Amino acid sequence: MKEYVMGNGAIALGALAAGVNLVAGYPGTPSSEIIETVSKYPHEGVHLEWSVNEKAALEVAAAAAYSGARALVTMKQMGLNVASDPLMSVAYVGVKGGLVIVSADDPGPISSQTEQDTRRYADFCRIPVFDPSSPEEAFEMIGEAFEYSEKYSTPVLFRPTTRVCHAYAAVDVPEKFAPKQYEGFIKDSGRWVIFPRLSYLNHGIIEKRNSEIADDFSSFRFNTTEGDAGEKAVIASGVSYAYVKEALKNHRDTRIIRVATAFPFPEKFVLNALSGVKEVICFEELSPYIEEQVLKLSGRYHLDLKVSGKLDGSVPHNGENSVELCADILSSFFCVSFKEKSNGMNEIPPLPARPPVLCAGCPHRASFYAVKQAMKGKKAFFCGDIGCYTLGNAMPLDMVDTCLCMGAGITMAQGLNHTDNKAVCFAFIGDSTFFASGMTGVVNAVYNEADIVICILDNSTTAMTGHQPHPGTGRNMMGNFVDKVDISKVLSGMGVKRIETVNPLELDKAVQTVSKLAGERGVKAIIFKSPCIAITKPEGKCEVDQDKCKKCKKCIKEIGCPALVTEDGTVRIDSNLCTGCGLCSEICPFGAIGGACGE
Amino acid sequence: MNKDIMICGIGGQGTVLASKIIAAAAAEQGDTVHSAETIGMAQRGGSVTSHVRIGDEAFSPLIPNGSADLILAFEPAEAVRNLRYLKEGGTVVVNTCAVKPVTEALRPSGYEAGVMIDYLKSRCSSIFVDADKVCEPFGSSKFFNIILLGIACGSGKLGIGKETLLSQIEKRVPAKYAEINKNAFITGFNIGSKAGI
Repeated sequence: MKEYVMGNGAIALGALAAGVNLVAGYPGTPSSEIIETVSKYPHEGVHLEWSVNEKAALEVAAAAAYSGARALVTMKQMGLNVASDPLMSVAYVGVKGGLVIVSADDPGPISSQTEQDTRRYADFCRIPVFDPSSPEEAFEMIGEAFEYSEKYSTPVLFRPTTRVCHAYAAVDVPEKFAPKQYEGFIKDSGRWVIFPRLSYLNHGIIEKRNSEIADDFSSFRFNTTEGDAGEKAVIASGVSYAYVKEALKNHRDTRIIRVATAFPFPEKFVLNALSGVKEVICFEELSPYIEEQVLKLSGRYHLDLKVSGKLDGSVPHNGENSVELCADILSSFFCVSFKEKSNGMNEIPPLPARPPVLCAGCPHRASFYAVKQAMKGKKAFFCGDIGCYTLGNAMPLDMVDTCLCMGAGITMAQGLNHTDNKAVCFAFIGDSTFFASGMTGVVNAVYNEADIVICILDNSTTAMTGHQPHPGTGRNMMGNFVDKVDISKVLSGMGVKRIETVNPLELDKAVQTVSKLAGERGVKAIIFKSPCIAITKPEGKCEVDQDKCKKCKKCIKEIGCPALVTEDGTVRIDSNLCTGCGLCSEICPFGAIGGACGE
Repeated sequence: MNKDIMICGIGGQGTVLASKIIAAAAAEQGDTVHSAETIGMAQRGGSVTSHVRIGDEAFSPLIPNGSADLILAFEPAEAVRNLRYLKEGGTVVVNTCAVKPVTEALRPSGYEAGVMIDYLKSRCSSIFVDADKVCEPFGSSKFFNIILLGIACGSGKLGIGKETLLSQIEKRVPAKYAEINKNAFITGFNIGSKAGI
């Protein structure tokens, strides 16, 4: 049955078609829809979970693969940094059932902190990597990834990029899925317990095996050559292959070599495809991985070959590739114009910028504002974290001084406290991020006697990536209602002695709580509890009483809510956006805003 | 035959549903379809685009510059922002009502729709639609995406049959809103067929 699905959906369905038994992951753009798709299709007999973080997900999945089951792990590229500890080790130990780790890369970056390249991890860990160029290919290739994983008893990486994850295409989905039959965990401490001796032995075995995989990959059906062999050729991988195909669609005779398995590098295939070629240009996003392999090849075999790409400045190192970019570079490379006629775009009128902002009614706005008010005139540092609340950095709130990686807000507030004990140091962290990687930092701060205020912005969901449940929500991906893990009790158990829970929309109370705790010693925690507006129904709408409004615009200048608009000098509330949170009515010095919830 | 259709607007305007209906309807006609959406941080209040590519000769998930046969723009500045995708002789169907940036009240940008409309008039053949006016009988601007589809279909520029689109609308909107959405489509279709482009 043909289904029109997103690339991430294709990966999920491909894994189900391959008989996957366990799927675990942590949300992160552009990977989140893989697990969501599994949950929407029949998946009886498959264990499905949002793990608390990527490290946990990989460890759960590794054990399943030790048992002979097929396991899929999903994450974004930076999640692989979190999972890198078990990844390095499981690469040495190996698996019995197929273990496929999807790490979605984000060239651009469009919604990430780094432009790192998962293929480097494959090389670093000495495990195979698959690099699909379209949703259709991803659907088929994920099944092959399981086959290779089992054939060579190794975990494998699967690396789509944003334009594959978020593209849509039709794939042929089987009517029924059947999970793999597996024998279960068989004790064998010589195999499953990592010791220096085992790592030494396996290191040798792995390198020998990798040259076998490289040969096997030389006949892999997604490593392809097309066009006529001439003196010039193009190498491409991932979605860049699609861009090059499109740029050269009227020049079918051009030699295009597509490498879908960057590691172990299919040396024989590439060597053969390059026979007679004097100049080659490489198109790949993120790092010049394939380009480096071709250079190595050229050195080893003394090829008379000029290699172009990122390293000689022909292709940009950063950002995404595109059809236009490839056409432009190929025009210089072949000394022929491949450019399409485009609509002349000169004298464009200035366009309005549309930066992302916290939603109208977002409780994070109120939490940040409460801290800002309480710290007025005082020296304070605000350490942010990864989630919607990173947007607290925007004007007029301006409440994020640092943002590094998941969980770093708490530990960085501690670091700033140890270097400046005159400043009040705050950490802001969301509920899902708290469970993912905040807890370790809390223990560290308590043990090392930091004076910090931890603000947990608990909106009862993982908002930024599309509202996934987490341990604090009382719901899991098996569709079960489970005991909620209570953040306050967790903090208390870790030794935090001062813990307050407030509703950020009760502004005065929230400000007082912050003022009180900021003056105390030790690790303090404030849980700002109010649900994300996208998962609740608005309770009412606010309205401006134009007779009372003095047009001072304090509401706009203080909180910058997108529902507050000006029209010919008067302040109005956009009823399409307002959720009735009432924060603006608490700020108005003239009592001109009413109709909020709770009134 | 290849056809590239770009849909652009602002997060929350219903562009994704419009692109899904077009893609599904083209697939129902037996065409090969690919599409791509903006997902993530930009979804709320940011500029969003959907790329729908019909035909076997489309490899890139994104429409290359100068290739779009049709741009469906939910907002005038977004039409101008994405005009580089339009091919020579292509058509733009555009809402004439400006949506100011969410930061407008804080930092006025001086943005007005008129400048964008004049620019479009000087550059390409366009069908201009006042979204506020056409949506009025339906009581909500939420129906604009379906009206816009109707206009594109009625103008003959979409290359997908009226009945195919109507059946996809019926499949993809909640049952209790099916009738009103079909009416919205017909309203658009009638505007489009009189547009004379």
